[in-house]
Amino acid sequence: MNAVAVPSPRQITWQRRRRAMAAAWRDFRGHTPGMVGLVVLALIIVMALAAPLIADEAGLRAINTTENPTWANPSEFGPLGTDNYGRSVWTQFVWGARISLLVGLAATILATVIGSVVGIVAGFLGGIVGSILMRVTEWFLVIPFLPLAIVLAAILGPSIENIILVIGITSWPSNARVICAQVLTLRERDYVDRSRALGASDWHLMTRHVLPNVSGLIIANTTLTVPVAILSETTLSFLGLGDPTRASWGKMLEESFEAGALTQQAWWYYVPPGLGILLVVLAFTLCGQALEEVLDPRLRDRRR
Amino acid sequence: MSVRYVTSKVLGSLATLFFVICFNFFLFRIVSNDPVATLFRGRNLTDSQRDELTHQFGLDKSTWGQFVDYLQQTAQLNLGRSYQTNQPVWDEILDAAGPTIALVGVSAILSAVFGVMLGIAAAWRRRSKTDYTVTGFTMTTYSMPDFWLGMLLLLALAVGLGWFPTGGIEDPASTATGISKLADQAQHMFLPALTLTLAYLGEYAIVMRSSLLETMREDYLVLARAKGLRDVLVRNRHAVPNALLPVVALMAINFGFVLSGAIAVEAIFSWPGLGLASYEALKGPDLPMLQGMFLVFSAAVIVFNLIADLLYGYLDPRVRRA
Repeated sequence: MNAVAVPSPRQITWQRRRRAMAAAWRDFRGHTPGMVGLVVLALIIVMALAAPLIADEAGLRAINTTENPTWANPSEFGPLGTDNYGRSVWTQFVWGARISLLVGLAATILATVIGSVVGIVAGFLGGIVGSILMRVTEWFLVIPFLPLAIVLAAILGPSIENIILVIGITSWPSNARVICAQVLTLRERDYVDRSRALGASDWHLMTRHVLPNVSGLIIANTTLTVPVAILSETTLSFLGLGDPTRASWGKMLEESFEAGALTQQAWWYYVPPGLGILLVVLAFTLCGQALEEVLDPRLRDRRR
Repeated sequence: MSVRYVTSKVLGSLATLFFVICFNFFLFRIVSNDPVATLFRGRNLTDSQRDELTHQFGLDKSTWGQFVDYLQQTAQLNLGRSYQTNQPVWDEILDAAGPTIALVGVSAILSAVFGVMLGIAAAWRRRSKTDYTVTGFTMTTYSMPDFWLGMLLLLALAVGLGWFPTGGIEDPASTATGISKLADQAQHMFLPALTLTLAYLGEYAIVMRSSLLETMREDYLVLARAKGLRDVLVRNRHAVPNALLPVVALMAINFGFVLSGAIAVEAIFSWPGLGLASYEALKGPDLPMLQGMFLVFSAAVIVFNLIADLLYGYLDPRVRRA
């Protein structure tokens, strides 16, 4: 009778986390705007992933579309008409979703990683290191995003990696500040003192006690950074700093403007990409706000 | 306001400005190791011409020497010459500043006024139809790329209905002066200003709404009602003035950022300001111009941040004691 399974501390921790996540999901499900956002998002992500099944990639290159009419409106050609090269707007829209989402997500991950590391280290260590890190954060916070991104993108050259890099390194400071503020209160908690008294190193404290406690905040912040990153991608691509070889929604807006879609009154060329951006940004914002409320119930009464 | 509070804020801003200036220098270092080649792209230079130019630009000095030169020149507002026009960058910036300040100033004021009004209407009748309409509307405008909104307005009101000109700041064929010239410019400004106003009003409405909701929980509002004040007076005399605080700070901070945020909108409407100048400099790329713009835009944000801090300290005594 010595086989009474005693769960290890790790198992206990994970059980508790699973329960917390299940509870968060139950709360989230009851949040109508958040669920609407989630469903819209899921539809767009499925469309982006299934792009090869929906539309032929060859249709993105003008050399393959010489047979098609140019500036055809939706009733004359395909679901969404054609552009000045006879390329189907629908094909560009479907494939553009991939790049817009990819850039938005990748840039957000970069910004979240930098912001979280700076925020946790600055908040937890405090002292000289902390104040230097926060000073640098404040500096980056006042540098206006667009001019910095433009200068960087002009220097680095237009490519998809560079645009991710540029958005990533210009959007981390606000994450760092929010996380640092939270960590400052966490490090005064008793369990941190106790763990330290048991001989835990700074690294152990930061990764095992502080990080799990700010992870909810990081997730909510990430969800709210994606829309900003997607809007930034749109603006930078519109200004001609996007990858010239890959269609994104921002790139479509640039090409439609350059091709004179406004004077052609070719609304079918630039309304869809803008609507796509609007939907994705709105969906991410709704999900992010719902997450924030689920994870921080104090907000619930304040916002709704 | 204590002298100490003001001094610390001013010194902080100067430190930030210095950081931006240094940052700008090192950005330029990353650009290319050989600015002479960049400047005379594609043109043949003899070795002696190249040496002379290198000397003329001070590139034969050490990095530190170049840095000192750069600081001196920046202090004298010598930002180099534009590749495109060969005019001093500072002069180009001064020429373009007027139209941008006019456009952004008008839009900043209008968006703040209308945003605050919408925010008040939404918060005061919380969870009413008004609240849901305002919240939905502001979230939608907030989620659009601002220049796309501009394209839609341009298509509907200028190309479609022909009510407004499609771009520029005045009719190039017109010889009008005085009032009629101003009227012409106002007509040209209408669409870009409407675009920026709609794009920025959402943030004010959201901030004002949550600030007022917070204020509505205060005890002094219960007291005001208990005294028998009418609803309108409770709102206008007691709730709104206190809830306006964060909006005032936001307005000052935003003004600095909106200056550079208008780049794409100015490009859409060919509004001859700093944004359009940046847009054109990008096509080059005209690096000295871009760097000058970067400095000016950053300086604007720093200045308006300082103004926001000082205003806040003046309006809210709790801040300056902290």
